[in-house]
Amino acid sequence: MAFLEVKDIYKSFGKTEVLKGVSFELEEGQVLSIIGSSGNGKTTLLRCLNYLEFADSGTVTLSGKVVSDGKVLKTLKESQIRENRLHFGLVFQSFNLFPQYTALQNVNLALSLMEKERAKKGLAPLYDKPSMEVAKELLIKVGLEDKMQLYPCQLSGGQCQRVAIARAMALKPSVLCFDEPTSALDPELTGEVLRVIKELKESEGITMIIVTHEMGFAKSVSDQVLFMVDGIVEELGTPEEVFDSPKSDKLKAFLQGLNVKEGR
Amino acid sequence: MNVFAKVSLDLLNGFSSSVILFIFTLIFALPLGLLIAFCSMSKFAPLRVVSKTIVWVLRGTPLMLQIFVIFYLPGLLNLFVWPSMNTGWEWFDKTISTRLIAALVAFSINYAAYFSEIFRGGIEGIPKGQMEAGEVLGMTKTQIFFNIILMQVVKRIIPPTSNEIITLVKDTSLANVIGVMELIVTAKNFMNDGLLWPLFYSGAFYLIFVGALTLFFNWAEKKLSYYKV
Ligand SMILES: Nc1ncnc2c1ncn2[C@@H]1O[C@H](COP(=O)(O)OP(=O)(O)OP(=O)(O)O)[C@@H](O)[C@H]1O
Ligand SMILES: [Mg+2]
Repeated sequence: MAFLEVKDIYKSFGKTEVLKGVSFELEEGQVLSIIGSSGNGKTTLLRCLNYLEFADSGTVTLSGKVVSDGKVLKTLKESQIRENRLHFGLVFQSFNLFPQYTALQNVNLALSLMEKERAKKGLAPLYDKPSMEVAKELLIKVGLEDKMQLYPCQLSGGQCQRVAIARAMALKPSVLCFDEPTSALDPELTGEVLRVIKELKESEGITMIIVTHEMGFAKSVSDQVLFMVDGIVEELGTPEEVFDSPKSDKLKAFLQGLNVKEGR
Repeated sequence: MNVFAKVSLDLLNGFSSSVILFIFTLIFALPLGLLIAFCSMSKFAPLRVVSKTIVWVLRGTPLMLQIFVIFYLPGLLNLFVWPSMNTGWEWFDKTISTRLIAALVAFSINYAAYFSEIFRGGIEGIPKGQMEAGEVLGMTKTQIFFNIILMQVVKRIIPPTSNEIITLVKDTSLANVIGVMELIVTAKNFMNDGLLWPLFYSGAFYLIFVGALTLFFNWAEKKLSYYKV
């Protein structure tokens, strides 16, 4: 049984069917990239995994334990949803840092609240050191040792996104999701963010799902690549299979379109 | 007593009524405005409709009319009479008159309607991503409101709220339509003695009061300028 099993996720907004039975599996420590053209439901899939949207049906299983079941989702209490969603982290395209807090406070906020709550409930803390220490270490890990005391408006887009990554890691999610982490960045800043994500894979072995339009990055960082069309998984395979010997015509056309756009 | 001192004392007395109206209107209208704002954003449609209708009426009719209605209507319909103070402290009982209490109620309700729209705009204007970022980090709705949203709302609403508050300083003069002895009417009464300058003098009271408020709001805005929302 795989570490993460996503099975038959369906999601509609009113009459528009956005996800029409998405399934995939992922092993612990592996990276899955999701590619596909705009409006195909990639963001919606990540939002379903993070309970920002409720899937209409389908299940998500983590190490054999069902963490999301479309049938019962709407009947869950807020506390249960909170508990379940902590298995997943999400890095947004637009960072969504809290503007009134410094980089350090951004990373520390949710963790310190969580540790307080755990202490009150008599649960073991997530870390055996103060949350502020953890936040500092995470910021050092993403290369922001000298920016900890700065506010988001004083940071570049790339630095903001690295803070957002550190913030998402603070709660130790089992799976970290990225929604086009570099799409809102100037081209010269994408490199630093992609480098950080790659390092996280290599040094921390975090399981990741990355929606991206950076094909070179997807090819080099992924263990699996998922090509999504119109809410279904059109093709799924290793980067070599997907990029070098695509089977479906739609994937071939998609890759060709990219090459034309990039002038190759 | 020379004339200037006499005028100054009388104007100060009138000014105290204006200031009492101002302060207590804020004390009642700000929380009431927040309550109305939450009602206007409620998921429960009837509540939303009712509160939006109330806001529409309060913002759509002149404050002067509302003062008349609130002062006279309860008596005309035999509902109740506005209470008067009987502490035995003459200045207090005379200043906090039934008229002033009625005016205070009218001001509070009217300004709550304006504040509620400012608060609602401030809360709804916070990008959805802020809420969602808190949610995916496992924070509760309450934690998100107090730790993330509130400070951003405060920063956004300071300029429009300070505008309203400055308008309120001057609107307190409307209370004289039901006979509250506030600043302007006190100054005007000196015209019976052939004195015109107390009117200009009363203007100075407003200017200084508004000037102090302006300095305060500038300071508050500056205090919060370390972040952008
Ligand atoms: N809350 C919503 N209400 C209604 N429709 C929505 C909602 N969210 C997404 N959709 C629709 O779902 C479809 C898929 O959107 P989604 O954002 O998941 O696509 P995407 O693959 O992430 O696209 P992009 O590459 O542009 O980010 C779109 O047609 C969009 O209009
Ligand atoms: Mg998207």
